[in-house]
Amino acid sequence: MDIINIIFYDTLKIFALITPVLITVALIVWLDRRVWGLVQLRRGPNVVGPFGLFQSLADALKFIFKEVIIPAGANKIIFILAPIVTMSLALLAWAVIPFSETLFVSNINVGILYLFAVSSLGVYGIIMAGWASNSKYPFLGALRSAAQMVSYEVSIGFIIVTVLLCVGSLNLVDIVLAQKNVWFAIPLFPMFVIFFISSLAETNRPPFDLPEAEAELVAGYQTEYSGMMYALFWLGEYANILLMCAMGSILFLGGWLSPINIAPFNLIPEPIWLIIKILFLFLIFALIKAIVPRYRYDQLMRLGWKVFLPVSLVWVILTSGFLLYFDLLPT
Amino acid sequence: MLYDFLKDYATILIFLFISIGIGVGFIFLNLLFSPNNPDSEKLSAYECGFEAFGDARMKFDVRFYLVAILFIIFDLEVAFLFPWAVSLGNIGLLGFWSMMFFLLILTVGFVYEWKKGALDWE
Repeated sequence: MDIINIIFYDTLKIFALITPVLITVALIVWLDRRVWGLVQLRRGPNVVGPFGLFQSLADALKFIFKEVIIPAGANKIIFILAPIVTMSLALLAWAVIPFSETLFVSNINVGILYLFAVSSLGVYGIIMAGWASNSKYPFLGALRSAAQMVSYEVSIGFIIVTVLLCVGSLNLVDIVLAQKNVWFAIPLFPMFVIFFISSLAETNRPPFDLPEAEAELVAGYQTEYSGMMYALFWLGEYANILLMCAMGSILFLGGWLSPINIAPFNLIPEPIWLIIKILFLFLIFALIKAIVPRYRYDQLMRLGWKVFLPVSLVWVILTSGFLLYFDLLPT
Repeated sequence: MLYDFLKDYATILIFLFISIGIGVGFIFLNLLFSPNNPDSEKLSAYECGFEAFGDARMKFDVRFYLVAILFIIFDLEVAFLFPWAVSLGNIGLLGFWSMMFFLLILTVGFVYEWKKGALDWE
């Protein structure tokens, strides 16, 4: 009886998280297109609902009525599994994101390690899609995407280590509480910048959207997909973008903490602060998509391996040496 | 004690089932409502309107493979750094210099790769 109660309660909690995440994903897709349009002096989607807010909902409905095409040469099971893997992994990572000191689905004590692991698994969905399609464009797109994602993941790992040196715990709640006095974005500013750029590359966003550079590879690993399976990739991609924004806010921008602890600011509920920070980071994502031209592949790999990796490694050594020398390490 | 420890992970397991269920559910809805009239042209691999030629699983640049190997080395290094970073306050100078020695060995390897041109994409 007890077990059933727990499962029921957990399921409620999980739906209370997944539903807002999915709705937010639909909204940020709209925001993304809207910002993109406004930068180019177009209107962007503005017909469905007030300001075009329901555009993504209409798109999703359209996808439901589209034919499912599975290429004759494809490995059918892997082909169908790939979008499910991508989307469920993107949602799964949200399980440990804390919205306040007590508001989370699961508070495991290796939270950041879990986030790191689940976001690394995302590359499997892409490799599966590219391989199973048995077509040239998806194959090349998947190779490029996989190489790009793993390259930038290494520097993200080092950046997380610098934060951990200042916190002394892998728990996400502890990481946020350690920023009570000063957000890590200030002492670790270079790491924040590198983290932000790496998260653009990690989620295949412009200017690093080479896997789906439409002039070269049609749509990269998604080329052979249609209908809802295509929409699942798209959902997973945006859920991942939102997740990287959430990780950025928790690691560097003080998570749910208000910027200054005085009257009008600390009256705003804590989860709202986290959401504001996530949306702020996403807005920069959207602006970058609109104004920055695409990188070349060799430039992308050079930036990842020859600039970010050495710089973040040196920063790990500097931070640890500094904290040890001045005896500031948390015990 | 053990029970409390596992409870948080059980939630994640339930989360996994639910998120897979959502994905499968969406695709099932799609299959339920969509038309289905395939023909051989529609089901062939997309190559901008041309007849598909050759095998799609072709030779590819060995550098993708090199990047994957380098990734394994450095990701493993990051995995070693995680527990070190958390416990540095307790292990003191000995722990610090041991890790520096480890990083030095890796850096020598990294410099070698760099000089050999494994990181160059022209």
